[in-house]
Amino acid sequence: MDIVSIRDFSRAQIEHVLDVAERMLPVAKGDEKSKLLDGKVLGSLFYEPSTRTRLSFEAAMARLGGKSLGFDEPKGSSVAKGETLADTIRMVDAYCDAIVLRHPQEGAARLAGHFAAKPVLNAGDGAGQHPTQTMLDLFTIRKSKGKIDGNHVVIVGDLKYGRTVHSLSEALAMFGAQLTFVAPPTLQMPKEHLKHIQSMGIKPKSGTDLTEAVKDADVLYVTRIQKERFPDPAEYQKVAGAFKIDPALLKDAKKDMIIMHPLPRVNEISPEVDKTPNAKYFEQAFNGVPVRMALLAMVLGAVE
Amino acid sequence: MKEFKVTPIRNGTVIDHIQVGTALKVLRIIGVKEDVSSTVSVLMHVPSKKAGWKDIVKIEDRELDPKELDKIALISPDATINIIRDFNVAEKFVVEVPQKIVGIMKCANPGCITNKNEPVEPEFVVESKKPITLRCIYCDRITTDISENVI
Repeated sequence: MDIVSIRDFSRAQIEHVLDVAERMLPVAKGDEKSKLLDGKVLGSLFYEPSTRTRLSFEAAMARLGGKSLGFDEPKGSSVAKGETLADTIRMVDAYCDAIVLRHPQEGAARLAGHFAAKPVLNAGDGAGQHPTQTMLDLFTIRKSKGKIDGNHVVIVGDLKYGRTVHSLSEALAMFGAQLTFVAPPTLQMPKEHLKHIQSMGIKPKSGTDLTEAVKDADVLYVTRIQKERFPDPAEYQKVAGAFKIDPALLKDAKKDMIIMHPLPRVNEISPEVDKTPNAKYFEQAFNGVPVRMALLAMVLGAVE
Repeated sequence: MKEFKVTPIRNGTVIDHIQVGTALKVLRIIGVKEDVSSTVSVLMHVPSKKAGWKDIVKIEDRELDPKELDKIALISPDATINIIRDFNVAEKFVVEVPQKIVGIMKCANPGCITNKNEPVEPEFVVESKKPITLRCIYCDRITTDISENVI
C-alpha cells in the first residue's frame, strides 16, 4: 500500500488513520514506549529541503522502535551523478521496509510506487500532493473542534500555487466542511480546482477580504505568500500587509476559532498571536508525529 | 459524372471524416514529413453530409498501426479508417478513443516526472471523450491540448 495522494483515500479510510493516530499519541509524546516497528528500516529520500516533514517522519519511526536512513539533499549521493529516480528507488527498495520520498517533480511518488515493492509514502512532490500534511491538518481540526464536518474553514494565502491548500480543501470538501478562500486577486484558487470541489457538492466562497471572512470562521488556515510570486516588491508589501494575522484581526473572530499554518511562517502571523489559545500551529506541527506513526504502522502491517 | 478531386488509390489508407481543419495535425501525428516515400493526398474543407465540412487524408502503400489509430482518435474522434487493398475497401471502421493512453503522448506539465528522463511511458486516463480530456496518472494534470503533446 502506497500513500501517494489524498484522492486515493475515502472518508472512512482517512477517519481510520486519524483514529490510529489518536492511539499513538502517548507514544508520540514519549509518555509510553513502543516496539511496534522494531527491526524495521525506513528509507528517507529528501531531494528537497524539509524540516518538519523529514524530522517528524524520522521521529515517528524512532518512537515506534524502527530506524531511518537516507539523505536530506541529493548532493553527494548517486543522484548527483545523474541516476534516475527509478534506479535510486529500486536500490533503496532493497535496503528498506518502506520509503518516504520528497521530490521536486510532480508525480514522483506515483512513479516511485511503480518501481518499489515496498510501500512508498509521498512527502511532497513539487506542486503536487502532500497527503500526510493533509492528514495531520485534518487530525488537528478534529482534535480541536471535535469533528471535521460542519466547520467553517477559511483558507487564506497563496491558494494558486500552494500544494497544501489544494489537497486540504479537497479533503475538507469530502468531509462536508464549509469553505471560504481568501487570497490576493493574482493568487486565487485555480478554477479547475474550484470546479473539482463544487463537483463534491460544496459551494465554496472566494474573496479578498480577510476581516470579513474571519467573522464566522471556526478554523483559519493560513499559508505563506511567497515574495517571488510578485515582480514588484511594493505590490508584495501591500498584499502581505492585507493578509497579516494579528490580535486586531482576531477581535471580531469567534472565541474558539483555531488558527493553523503548515509552517514555516515568515511574517503572516504576528508573534503576539502565538500566546493566544487560538494558535494551534505548533500543536499542528507536533501532530505530524502521531499521524505519520499511524501511517507507517499501517503500511508496514503492524496495525490494521 | 462525379468529379474526383483526388483519384482512388490502389493500396493504403484513407482517413475520412477528419474533423475539419485538423488534417495537418493528423499528418503530423502519424509522422508524415519531408522524407515521405509514398504519395499522400490531403483534402481540406470538403463538403460532408454528416458534419457539414470535413478533411480527408489518403496515404498510399501504408496501413496504420494501432498506436497511430489511437492518436488519430484523440484529435478527431469521428474519423473513419478505410484500408484499401487493390482498389477495394478491405476494412472500414471508426477510430475509437481508448480508456487508457499509454506511450503516445507526453504530459503537458513540464514539472511532471515523466518529462525528466525516467524509464516510464507517460500514461493518461481518459476523463471525458467529448471534448477529449486526459489526466496524467503520475501528476494528475489535465490535458486537453492533444496535438501539441503527441509524441
